[in-house]
Amino acid sequence: MPVRPRRVAAALAATAALALLSSACTGSTHDAAADDPKAETTITFWHGWSAPAEVKAIEANVARFEKAHPNIEVKLVGNINDDKLGQALRAGGSNGPDVVSSFTTSNVGKFCASGALADLKPFIEKSKLDLDRIFPKVLQDYTQFEGRRCSLPLLSDAYGLYYNKDAFRQAGLDPEAPPKTWSEFTEVARKLTKPRGDSYERLGFMPTYLGYETVVSHYMSQWKHGGYFDADGKSTVAKDPAFAEMMTYQKSLVDALGGFQRLDRYRTTFGDEWGPKHPFHTGQVAMQLDGEWRLKFAEEAKPGFEIGVAPLPVADDEVAEYGKGYLSGTIMGIAPQSRKQNAAWELVKFMTTDTEAVLAFAHDIGNVPSTLEALKSPKLNFDPRFKTFLDIARHPASTTSDGAVNGSAYQDTLQKFSQRYEKGQVTDLQKGLADTAAQIDRDIAAAK
Amino acid sequence: MSTDTLPAQAAATPAAASPGGRNTLRSRRRRDALRTLAFLSPWLIGCGVFFAYPLVSTVYFSFMKYDGLNPPEWRGLANWAYVFTDFPQFWPALRNTLWLCVVMVACRVLFGLGTGLLITKIKTGTGIFRTLFYLPYLAPPVAATLAFVFLLNPGTGPVNSLLEAAGLPAPSWFNDASWSKPALTVLAVWGVGDLMVIFMAALLDVPKEQYEAAALDGASPWQRFRHITLPTIAPIVLFAVVTGIIGAMQYYTQPIVASKVASGVMGGSGVTFVPGYPDDSTLTLPQLVQSLGFSQFNYGASCVVALVLFALSMAFTALLMRRRGGLIGPGDRP
Repeated sequence: MPVRPRRVAAALAATAALALLSSACTGSTHDAAADDPKAETTITFWHGWSAPAEVKAIEANVARFEKAHPNIEVKLVGNINDDKLGQALRAGGSNGPDVVSSFTTSNVGKFCASGALADLKPFIEKSKLDLDRIFPKVLQDYTQFEGRRCSLPLLSDAYGLYYNKDAFRQAGLDPEAPPKTWSEFTEVARKLTKPRGDSYERLGFMPTYLGYETVVSHYMSQWKHGGYFDADGKSTVAKDPAFAEMMTYQKSLVDALGGFQRLDRYRTTFGDEWGPKHPFHTGQVAMQLDGEWRLKFAEEAKPGFEIGVAPLPVADDEVAEYGKGYLSGTIMGIAPQSRKQNAAWELVKFMTTDTEAVLAFAHDIGNVPSTLEALKSPKLNFDPRFKTFLDIARHPASTTSDGAVNGSAYQDTLQKFSQRYEKGQVTDLQKGLADTAAQIDRDIAAAK
Repeated sequence: MSTDTLPAQAAATPAAASPGGRNTLRSRRRRDALRTLAFLSPWLIGCGVFFAYPLVSTVYFSFMKYDGLNPPEWRGLANWAYVFTDFPQFWPALRNTLWLCVVMVACRVLFGLGTGLLITKIKTGTGIFRTLFYLPYLAPPVAATLAFVFLLNPGTGPVNSLLEAAGLPAPSWFNDASWSKPALTVLAVWGVGDLMVIFMAALLDVPKEQYEAAALDGASPWQRFRHITLPTIAPIVLFAVVTGIIGAMQYYTQPIVASKVASGVMGGSGVTFVPGYPDDSTLTLPQLVQSLGFSQFNYGASCVVALVLFALSMAFTALLMRRRGGLIGPGDRP
């Protein structure tokens, strides 16, 4: 049957109409900060905490807010990851969140650049907040992207070294003198390791990039580097020698402790990172790179040995910077689709800047307080070992990972390459890093 | 009588020949057309809203820069070029998806047919075996995958303990790039109850007298299966293969759960999970659609991958429909 021109035209018109409809139905942000924050209202807060003790802590914090702001009721929705968050922020709607929080600071770039989180500048100006006097610089950096501030820090995380003091004593090591450089660390890890057949009775340290928190970004803070991107926004992983140095050291540690295959097989016997069977709790590993929260988790698991904490080692020629570490934390922002943004801001402001609220929440949840005032408060009442993490948080050389327009994709690309390198699948590290840098640049260009 | 002949007959009647008759005929035709449209409308609306509109939107957005928040911007073929030339996960994901389409679907169809045949042949305990083979299909995919990851855990799983006790090599299953897809296939074959039930129904429909006649002619069991059973159930085999391939194209939950649990990266501290563990071996195209669109806010590239999936599904289905006779045998060629 011949195709009639009118039918073709009709089909084309229908397609064009559908396409236009597609573009018309796309989400859009709007200025909805016209609500009265003093009026009776209910706002919804989506957060990521899921462990019972953490949920209890956030509920207590919100209860403090509701007491201070009796006109605002807060509905809590927990166990939200960034993918769910991204969808909700795009979709909006009456059941969507007004306030959100996220653990993934490297996604802030994506949230700020796309407008997935509302710009907080007008609120900050209206409340006359001087952020330089409230938050440490690193925390200010990871909550904004290219000048657009779309979030504020809600407590922070500092990463350090946990070690089993009993295992140190058994291995003839001084439990009060944890390793300060990576060379010392290799020796200590080797001495703490007790092989059993093809596996281990106890491993000194699980160095592979899948050893829970032993990811590239957490290692990298222990090497002096100038960030993941240069002034032009190009990846520095090939240009900055710190990346190659870190990877070379990590691979040497993997080899020193038995090689990737053996370590990875042992890793499959580990319990869940967030459960009581974590390998550090069970004594399967004697040292662990982890955030400050591990202390609370480990003590609750009643491990049956004395736990020591210390900053992570540094590169052998950077001993002067011993005490630094990786900083991260939870971020808090406002949904741009929310029609209760002023009320939402009251919650964000209270939880992130009110010293009493920050201190109480930090104590309840076992995180590092995120304001300068809270960090020096005489009311700080943590386990004495927690001071190590407070010091890491205050250390001027502590760093974080950078934001990017496509979120954590650049970290994922680097992490994948690093995993191939630790397995011995990469023969030319420098070329591999150059390829990785080029890939990161291409991904960012595609997302811009 | 064919409906094509109706207009010709109507035109031949004297009433239709007059101008008034032509009008009556036209209005009757219009009424018929409207009635037909009214009856078709539920399908038309459903097809338009849930198929045509999303499809056209996907094509449209594949040429746009779009993050789901800001208005789309024209980008030409940039998204297509990025996915095909600059996005390193696309080709491994495509290879994995094709592997699953060929190997996993074939294993499921063969195992489903085999269990169906077995259950139709056994004399006692049919109900028990049918239930036993069907039950795994009812297990939720996440729960079933979690169970398999723990059963096949290379360090603590009972399967490897048994293999080692028997002196057999114990693979690392979901922790080894060369074993992760076979492990997913074992999981898929375990849940083959849906196909088994369909094949059982088809096998019970094969006329018994044909088997009797073939047996009298001296046909062996294989010959009876090859020349009687297979041609008779050919449409069901085709249905199982086509739906299996469409399912494999959409394979998302099991590989992402398996890779997440096996890698141990559960999130919760800001450490992000990268799909595909180990070594991109469990990465499938639907995971890329999700990852590009929802994690990286790059809807344009995500739509390109979705369109590749659509084209592949269409190509596989068209190929199978055309080659059905070649695959099953000439007896069933339409």
